[in-house]
Amino acid sequence: MKITLFTLTAGLVFSCSCAANSKIIATGGTSSIEGSAGGGIVPWAVINGYASSGEMAATAFISRVGVDDFTLNSVGASLAYDNNWEWSVARQRFALDSIGGELSQNIIAVKYRLAGQLLYTALPQISLGVQYKKLHDFTLPQAVGARDDSGLDVYLAASKVLFNQVAGRNLLLNATLRATKANQTGLLGFGSADNNNYRLMFEGSAALLLNYNVAIGVEFKQKPDQLAFADEQHWRDVFVAWFVNKHLSVTAGYVDLGSIAGLNNQQGYYLSVEGAW
Amino acid sequence: MRWLTVLVLTLITACSQTPTPSLYQQLGGDAGISAITDGLLYEIEHDNRIVHHFADTDIERFRRLLAEQLCEISGGPCTYTGGSMAESHTGFNITLADYDALVGHLIKVMQQQHISISAQNQLLALLAPMYKDISYR
Ligand code: HEM
Repeated sequence: MKITLFTLTAGLVFSCSCAANSKIIATGGTSSIEGSAGGGIVPWAVINGYASSGEMAATAFISRVGVDDFTLNSVGASLAYDNNWEWSVARQRFALDSIGGELSQNIIAVKYRLAGQLLYTALPQISLGVQYKKLHDFTLPQAVGARDDSGLDVYLAASKVLFNQVAGRNLLLNATLRATKANQTGLLGFGSADNNNYRLMFEGSAALLLNYNVAIGVEFKQKPDQLAFADEQHWRDVFVAWFVNKHLSVTAGYVDLGSIAGLNNQQGYYLSVEGAW
Repeated sequence: MRWLTVLVLTLITACSQTPTPSLYQQLGGDAGISAITDGLLYEIEHDNRIVHHFADTDIERFRRLLAEQLCEISGGPCTYTGGSMAESHTGFNITLADYDALVGHLIKVMQQQHISISAQNQLLALLAPMYKDISYR
């Protein structure tokens, strides 16, 4: 996985002189914890990086969520073409700080823009995405009742920038519908002993662009609650994203992950750094 | 007597409406729009991604029409005398990347002119929807 990431990134950085990066700053969003472009926890319809039509771009990110009893470290990279296609890989390591141990999964994802342009059409930009997730070690998820060690999430996202909305600032709205079997986004496996159905979940984000480089926002992620051993709750966060330039962005946030594996009130910070070429 | 009524009415309307300057004024009026237009022309001239579209363009005319149009849509005292956006851009196959490039330049120029973020966004709100008439024709 590390080698894949390295080769992908290095290959892109050195081979791609086509990186014209014409898109407007911030319109690529940032890399979510699953590697798909979006906010921090919600995939948006935007395509990662700054490749406009006919152009190619790459991004790499590293992020950390630190809540009371857990730490989620994510690292990943993506490739984008034509402002239509986004391919991404991510690796998540979820440390069970107070319980002991670690869960980890790999995520390979693709996103395709179906219609609309974030900035220029009345119709929101609409994209379809698929994320394939695979756990490294199924022992713990299996022990708490998960059915599978891998799963496929399919989502439909709509994103739109509305100009001059709040105090003359532009507002980005995003709504995502996700079909998933994942428990705690897959870290606790997929499905349960008595349920192997897809659930339809709503995820939403709103971000206000204070200027071209700084956005503040909120996110909500509905989650299924399938495992009998413990409650799973919806996630929320508030964030500030700083698009330093078209090559670097830094996002910081405050997250509320609710109850995880019987430990309630998991709140803490989110930090993410993304590089784009 | 009639003059007095007009005067009183004018005063009342002038006082009851909070005097929000028009977008035209916020962009700096005639001088501001001239500066934006010149700034844009400079950026286009130095951008290899898009300058080729203008190879056969009468730049003087383009400059005048662009300024007229910015003046008109922002509520200034001008009448745009050029062709429709669809007509004027047909045959150029202007792509999303071309559009992004031009909008990027416009933003850069407006930033250089110290135009308020709100006025910038008001202008972008007027120009963004022209995409459907301008692109891929
Ligand atoms: C942001 C939205 C745009 C506006 C408001 C705009 C405005 C105008 C105006 C007023 C004219 C003159 C029309 C006439 O000749 O009667 C014009 C012509 C032209 N525009 Fe645009 N334009 C826009 C986007 C673009 C883009 C993105 C490109 C390509 C990068 C482009 C390329 C041209 C060219 C090449 C001409 C000259 C056509 C000729 O020589 O006959 N425009 N545009």
